[in-house]
Amino acid sequence: MKSILLSSAALLIATSAYAAKTDVTIGLQLEPPHLDPTSAAAGAIDQVVYSNIFEGLTRFGSDGAVLPGLAESWDISEDGTVYSFNLHSGVTFHDGTSFEASDVVFSLDRARAEDSTNAQKALFASIESVEAVDATTVKVTLSAPQGNFLFNMAWGDAVIVAPESIEDIKNNPVGTGAFTFSEWRQGDSISLVRNDSYWGTPAVLESATFKYISEPTAAFAAMMAEDVDAFYSYPAPENLAQFEADPRFTVLSGNTEGETILAINNKLEPFNDVRVRRAVSMAIDRQAIIDGAMFGYGTPIGTHFAPHNPDYVDLTGNAPFDPEAAKALLAEAGYPDGFTTTLKLPPPSYARRGGEIIAAQLREIGIETEISNLEWAQWLEQAFRGYDFGLTIVSHTEPMDIGIYARPEYYFQYDNAEFQDLIEALGVENDPATRSELLRQAQTIISEDYVNGYLFQLALTSVVNARLTGIWEDAPTQAVDLTAVSWSE
Amino acid sequence: MLTYVTKRLGSLCLSLIVASLVIFACIEIVPGDPASFMLGINAQPDTIQALRVELGLDQSLAQRYLGWVGGLLDGDMGTSYTYRTPVSDIVSDRLQVSLPLALYALTLTVVVAFPIGILAAARRGLVTDITVMGATQLGVAIPNFWFAILMVILFAINLRWFSAGGFPGWDAGIFLAMKALTLPAIALALPQASILARVMRSSLLDTLSEDYMRTARAKGLTRRQVLWRHALRNAMIPVLTIIGLQFSFLLAGAIIIENVFFLPGLGRLVFQAITQRDLIVVESVVMLLVFAVILLNFFVDIAYAWVDPRLRVRS
Repeated sequence: MKSILLSSAALLIATSAYAAKTDVTIGLQLEPPHLDPTSAAAGAIDQVVYSNIFEGLTRFGSDGAVLPGLAESWDISEDGTVYSFNLHSGVTFHDGTSFEASDVVFSLDRARAEDSTNAQKALFASIESVEAVDATTVKVTLSAPQGNFLFNMAWGDAVIVAPESIEDIKNNPVGTGAFTFSEWRQGDSISLVRNDSYWGTPAVLESATFKYISEPTAAFAAMMAEDVDAFYSYPAPENLAQFEADPRFTVLSGNTEGETILAINNKLEPFNDVRVRRAVSMAIDRQAIIDGAMFGYGTPIGTHFAPHNPDYVDLTGNAPFDPEAAKALLAEAGYPDGFTTTLKLPPPSYARRGGEIIAAQLREIGIETEISNLEWAQWLEQAFRGYDFGLTIVSHTEPMDIGIYARPEYYFQYDNAEFQDLIEALGVENDPATRSELLRQAQTIISEDYVNGYLFQLALTSVVNARLTGIWEDAPTQAVDLTAVSWSE
Repeated sequence: MLTYVTKRLGSLCLSLIVASLVIFACIEIVPGDPASFMLGINAQPDTIQALRVELGLDQSLAQRYLGWVGGLLDGDMGTSYTYRTPVSDIVSDRLQVSLPLALYALTLTVVVAFPIGILAAARRGLVTDITVMGATQLGVAIPNFWFAILMVILFAINLRWFSAGGFPGWDAGIFLAMKALTLPAIALALPQASILARVMRSSLLDTLSEDYMRTARAKGLTRRQVLWRHALRNAMIPVLTIIGLQFSFLLAGAIIIENVFFLPGLGRLVFQAITQRDLIVVESVVMLLVFAVILLNFFVDIAYAWVDPRLRVRS
């Protein structure tokens, strides 16, 4: 009898240890400043709230496709200026109030208001009016047709918020998503619990915690000690081989929307000469930078476009690595002995490590760089707004942002009327085939103008417990979508 | 004693006023606008302006300084630009980690440093002394973050006795909370204990070579009696100074150790706030630390007067 008791006790312990875990702890490097995705640019906010807490009319899927969100369907008028969204019924916010068309009107009007602090206000620029037709129908009228309006509405900056909870949204976000905000221990962690009255497919996990670990060494230790179940966007690529060799872990390597570029000040002499820009591009050995700075993770690019996008054109051949030809181009432009310029580097390792390698590569063709390491706030002030730079390295992480080349005041100051017309045409184009064609043309123009040195598409590498499934491998937007995450037996 | 204390209090107030001016000036001239930092590279100029107005950054420097100092006098440290919660709430949260950690590390420091420092002084030139001197030399030389990483590898990754870092909070129970602070406290205490032990030893040796020590011995006291009854108390002044400095260092200077163990402490808050240009948080926390250091020095001064009556008379 005693032995039966003992063995059944042992069995109990064994089964409870092997019963599927229902919580997860995800390590992240950057803590969000607050939790309102509609009033800050910080990707760290979207990582926590996107699709987990807040939802928009449309949403991004794991492959970047635009899917229905709170709107189950929509009709677009013949001329492409009126969108009628049919909303899901029976949806409630986490505080119990019901989600209705008036909330959509409130959210979109708030984002485009004069005193709005939405970091992506341009997404809403074409909206002329938003009306609630009835409780589940919203009519959005645009001033002109906008080809990527549904795409814009999928951004984290366009999620639907409730007027009742807006006052305290920064510290107590109330959305419609599959998870409810539970607690934020500032400096340490944010926890979410499952929303049991979710309108869609409920989440598998009962609770989830995001744990903030900024130091790469500490991230390694936390993963190794299994204090965290996954480290999203793992900050120390040098350890990845070790995790790959360990059967306890899986290393996910996917794409992001981050085009990493050597940005060139197009208005500054000598870079106002296309031959000089071309020489710079040809002096760069992309693979050496990917291997040296990113430990081999990253895809070479030849233009400002994500390689996983169906409309991507491989233009890396426009600037093959050829230092001799680059030197000849410099001589032709009147700089046979090269010149000296500045190279301003923001904090991420792609910039700091990549910068050293690029400096050495440019020295080969006679361009000396004065490197300065800047914090983000300094970089924004000096390089971004002050145009005080020759060269700088930045990863542009917003999806589909080729349009920045149509803004002559944008920090690299590219001013090409042909390109600006093309982007304008693209903006009002609704036909998919024509859109693709225009996007291809746009990529080619900037590549052949050597506006910037196109380096590589930033990879997303995450270390995940081998039994954990459903973590997004690619990052079409900066989100850690937990709705489909679960533990396998 | 009263005039002595009044004088000290006067210099305390003056230091605080000067410190507030210096801190405000230093932080405001650092380039980088908080609003543009928060809104990133796609924001439109009018959006940035709207946020500047919302944060009160459109006011003049003088207005902002007076507003800040006025608030501090009222006990209001302002509202964080990034977190949008009162700075005092954030700080008190962080102090729940930093203060116990500093006290824990200081206790370890004193508990280790006193005995070995006294022992080394009592056994001057003998093997014990040489061992203590050698070990403390090593303790001072080893960078504490490196020592911390070694402890993590051993105790968290290999032995699994401790978590690699993090803080479960006091509501998780005092045992778990103290456990989470143990490795960081040891890492912080190692160099401090080494320094303090060496100061203790040399200060004791200095005192032991004074004339009155010989007199005491001549009166017939044993070496041990001289050491405990006369030398120790007189050797305390430099030791107290060092402890005062060490406590303020431990409170504010644990940034690196807080990062290694990802603890939500005050050091990490300041570090984050600087990169995020959360100026009001930086200003208020630095001011608070200055206040703590000045106050601590004030108490150390009072303690001097207590251990050394001559200081009272002279002032």
